[in-house]
Amino acid sequence: MSFWKRFARNRGAVFGLVLLLAVIIIALIAPMIYPRGPWPMVQRPFLAPYAVDGLPLGTDTLGRNVAAGLVYGAQVSLLVGLISTVMALLIGVPLGAVAGFYGGWLDEGAMRFTEFFQTIPNFALAIVLVAILEPSLTSITLSIAIVSWPPVARLVRAEVMSVSKREYVDAARLAGLSNLRILVGQVLPNTVSPIIVMASLMVATAILLESSLSFLGLGDPNIMSWGYQIGAARTVIRSAWWLSFFPGLAIVLTVLALNLIGEGLNDALNPHLSRKGRT
Amino acid sequence: MTIVGPVLGRLFKAVLTLLAIAILNFFLIHAAPGDPAAVLAGEAGAADEQMIADLRAQFGLDQPFYIQLGTYVGNVLTLDLGYSFRQGAPVLDLILDRLPATLILTLTAFGISLTLGIMLGVAASARVGKPADSLLTGFALIFYATPLYWAALMAVLVFSVQLGWLPGFGYETVGADYTGLQRVGDILSHLVLPALTLGLFFMAVYMRMTRASMLEVAQQDFVKTARAKGLSPSVIRRRHILRNALLPVVTLAGLQAGQLIGGAVLTETVFAWPGIGRLMFESLAARDYNTILGVFLVSAAMVILFNIVTDIVYGLIDPRIRHTA
Amino acid sequence: MTNPVLSIEHLSIKLPDGADRQFAVDDCSYTLDKGEILCVVGESGSGKSMTANALMGLLPEGVSVGAGRAVFEGKNILRQTEAESQDLRGAKIAMIFQEPMTALNPLMRIGDQISEVFEAHKRHTPSERRKRALDLVREVDLPDPEKIIRAYPFQLSGGQRQRAMIAMALALEPQILIADEPTTALDVTTQAQILKLILDLRKKRDMAVIFITHDFGVVAEIADKVLVMRYGKIVERGTTDAVLKTPQHDYTKHLLAAIPSGLVPQNAEVQNSPALEIKALNKVFRTGGGFMKPHREVRAIDNISLSIAKGEVLGLVGESGSGKSTLGRAVVRLVTPDSGQILVGGSDMAALSETELRRARYKVQMVFQDPYASLNPRHKILRALTDGPIAKAVPKEQARARAHELMEIVGLGADAVDRFPHEFSGGQRQRIGIARALAMDPDLIIADEAVSALDVSIQAQVLDLLRDLRSKLNLSILFITHDLRVAAQLCDRIAVMQKGKLVEIGPVSDVFLNPQDDYTKRLLAAVPGGGWGLAEAALT
Repeated sequence: MSFWKRFARNRGAVFGLVLLLAVIIIALIAPMIYPRGPWPMVQRPFLAPYAVDGLPLGTDTLGRNVAAGLVYGAQVSLLVGLISTVMALLIGVPLGAVAGFYGGWLDEGAMRFTEFFQTIPNFALAIVLVAILEPSLTSITLSIAIVSWPPVARLVRAEVMSVSKREYVDAARLAGLSNLRILVGQVLPNTVSPIIVMASLMVATAILLESSLSFLGLGDPNIMSWGYQIGAARTVIRSAWWLSFFPGLAIVLTVLALNLIGEGLNDALNPHLSRKGRT
Repeated sequence: MTIVGPVLGRLFKAVLTLLAIAILNFFLIHAAPGDPAAVLAGEAGAADEQMIADLRAQFGLDQPFYIQLGTYVGNVLTLDLGYSFRQGAPVLDLILDRLPATLILTLTAFGISLTLGIMLGVAASARVGKPADSLLTGFALIFYATPLYWAALMAVLVFSVQLGWLPGFGYETVGADYTGLQRVGDILSHLVLPALTLGLFFMAVYMRMTRASMLEVAQQDFVKTARAKGLSPSVIRRRHILRNALLPVVTLAGLQAGQLIGGAVLTETVFAWPGIGRLMFESLAARDYNTILGVFLVSAAMVILFNIVTDIVYGLIDPRIRHTA
Repeated sequence: MTNPVLSIEHLSIKLPDGADRQFAVDDCSYTLDKGEILCVVGESGSGKSMTANALMGLLPEGVSVGAGRAVFEGKNILRQTEAESQDLRGAKIAMIFQEPMTALNPLMRIGDQISEVFEAHKRHTPSERRKRALDLVREVDLPDPEKIIRAYPFQLSGGQRQRAMIAMALALEPQILIADEPTTALDVTTQAQILKLILDLRKKRDMAVIFITHDFGVVAEIADKVLVMRYGKIVERGTTDAVLKTPQHDYTKHLLAAIPSGLVPQNAEVQNSPALEIKALNKVFRTGGGFMKPHREVRAIDNISLSIAKGEVLGLVGESGSGKSTLGRAVVRLVTPDSGQILVGGSDMAALSETELRRARYKVQMVFQDPYASLNPRHKILRALTDGPIAKAVPKEQARARAHELMEIVGLGADAVDRFPHEFSGGQRQRIGIARALAMDPDLIIADEAVSALDVSIQAQVLDLLRDLRSKLNLSILFITHDLRVAAQLCDRIAVMQKGKLVEIGPVSDVFLNPQDDYTKRLLAAVPGGGWGLAEAALT
């Protein structure tokens, strides 16, 4: 109960949660609103918003319904954001946990590896990966995961190192528990809060990355996404501003919602750290 | 003596990192679907049998795997980044031609975002909880959520298309043939929008970090000591809090260098800024893998350079690094 | 008493809403005379530091002066503008703090931090300021003054940093020096030096000192007058002699009774068969090291041999960095020694493989220092008490029954097993820690500073429990502590460590009353309030 109370005290976080729920619902009911999907031509191209009834956001360069594209784009953004974050956690958490817990050359090796990946400009690496693996939902998600895990590994390592120094971990060793049981039963549960906070912010970053890749034309050609909509409208910005404006707004709101939720989670889960901005 | 050892160590590590990236590139070429030679030739070479045969010979693609690796890494280390068949020029030449534009853009954006970010972060922390603070942190949150390329497009729309204040396209006015100061002014006016929109996101990052760090340091014991001495609040903030608060910001700035250089691909694409980011975008459409990988390698080298610089800056601020090294 | 430097009248300090009480300081009045040292004594949460913070205008956020006055030089300094109190701070009233490690700006040279005091109050030219800073560094007896003023805080030891703090505080010859637990974080020999320095300076400069402490030993050493505080109220006041010898208030009596007395029990009989035998143990820590960097070596355990008999309590004392904790951790193999033997019940703990060790670990258990870090916040007490026994194949039901029984034994009641650690106070958590160690049926218990984090009255209760258990269960204990008074209360024999070496070991009365080694003598002399004597009857 007190978790919700602390979360709800951050009004921005509640706003973010409402916003995100709205985006999730829109993504879920997309097929019900626009059963024909985002691709078919519905009117002549370049219709301004509200120029024709039933097309509140107008049509794009090929006469497609911008609103339909926006609604279907929500699906991709959320899906890619969520799955790539889970994948990044699956790489980063075990690596960081093992490095922090066992220390020594394992730590040394894991951290050099992590540092290497952090040195590589991550958006450039994502571009190269998607370009070489051929653009598809899978390659995009995978690439985002591959460039997003290093901060997780570092965070988990630092948390595990700090928790491992606590005396109750020593006590567990003296109780004769195995290393694995100590790591899984005593150490990791006490590192969960900061990981949850980071994960919520990672989903936001992943959505930005996905949209940037799609903007450059590296999106899955079979899937409508916000980044693709903006990228396709880039050259006609002078004549049809709404084509890039609305998808961009959708991205800003979704990412903002996730960031606000992340801050709220931080306040609620780490009361002693609250009010410290995380970046 | 104190500064030479760490810098040497840093350079040694930098070379190792570049080597590792070269190896990564090699594996990426082989991970691409299809014949590596065809991959290297890109779209342009796909039809030309002779060219592919030449490539095979050049990269030793008929040799065992480890020799191929050796050849490739050797080439990279001698700065031979291959040939772009699409553009009809060596990749290194293409990159060197475009590099100055990217350096101007990223360094300007970095300078602006760091300076403004720190200043605004300090301002917000000094008014914590007050309307000015809420306003600043609110803006930072929004910038933090805004895609770089969209901010760029909207800036073009408003400041170039609607208001006509600033050019929204290119590096300098084509055909104007300015010289001297006039040319510098022309380039600067072209630089404003790209640098600002690229820097906006990072400014938000540095501002949030500075604010949080200032507030945290303000809680520390030595700040109480400073107050007990009877120092004025402004001196305490400048001399005691800010210097200590900058340390994590500098670390973060180093870590973010990669993001900044990656972000340049998007900004250069929107503004048709003739840098290596734009080169990468053009090569994507042409499936010119050799050039893409070359740009990737060079941008990684830039990040390493940024990191060395931030390490040195950190050492200048923090005596503990200087004296124990 | 005619003309006090400072007089505080009916001062109340308000805590923010939602705190555990309304006032941090509740209707307190006292005066401070020129050249006098006034000790304000109390346990944590007594409000003893709050008055000082209010005088300096340094109250924490949300805390404010409710009522009352503090008259200094004819003015109420609690009701003045921020600019006025800024002028006062550092110039007329100066303050030093508890944590010398964090009280100095890590990025500024010591000399600059001292000169800054002159700068803040616009005195002297920059070169004059540097010269005066150097004089101050000399005055507080810092070694190599020329070098110290150019040094950064991380290059100084804790005691040296506290001296630098004092130099800063003295810069403008204040009338009042407020010292907030200035020696609590220091080793006992360093503490003695700092106390002497404060006494000397008081005499030389005739300044008044408000000295805040929780330690009656320090009071005996330094105070002219004493105030005892509890829950924000002054419960007793008087001259040092009067308060220490004839306390009036029950709380003061209780506090004084809780202090380990300095009386040393006579030697108890010790059985012959050993619970623990350490033979020629060594451990060297290497730090730094790496690419193109030399590493540093610290000999934490330097060829130590000792034994503990069954049913014996051996006190292991020493200052920080002496290696006493490392020795304790080596015995349980949380640290693996480089060479030597650790014989517990016939098997050599130092030579066991990882798997053998896990099975043998129950033989030696540990009670830890920090009551807030020694229990997993996510596990109920039952799990803390049964995880170990179940791992060593005690049936679940039996382990649970034993857990209930142990909670009764340590005085918390069987029901406590179903609660989480955050529901207990620090002293209660230490009891749980003791129960956890007992749950494993160990041959030996290592108590590593097990009462050091507790307030003195709680400390006394936990020591009583240990003494009680020890006589009931015939426990063998290695009792590691920096506090010689505590060691004197509980232990049969004392071992003294310095820089990794065992410098002296012997029956408690021999070591305390007739020390052989120079270091032991220095250590004993440094304990504030000293006065070692032989207890009339040795009960334990």
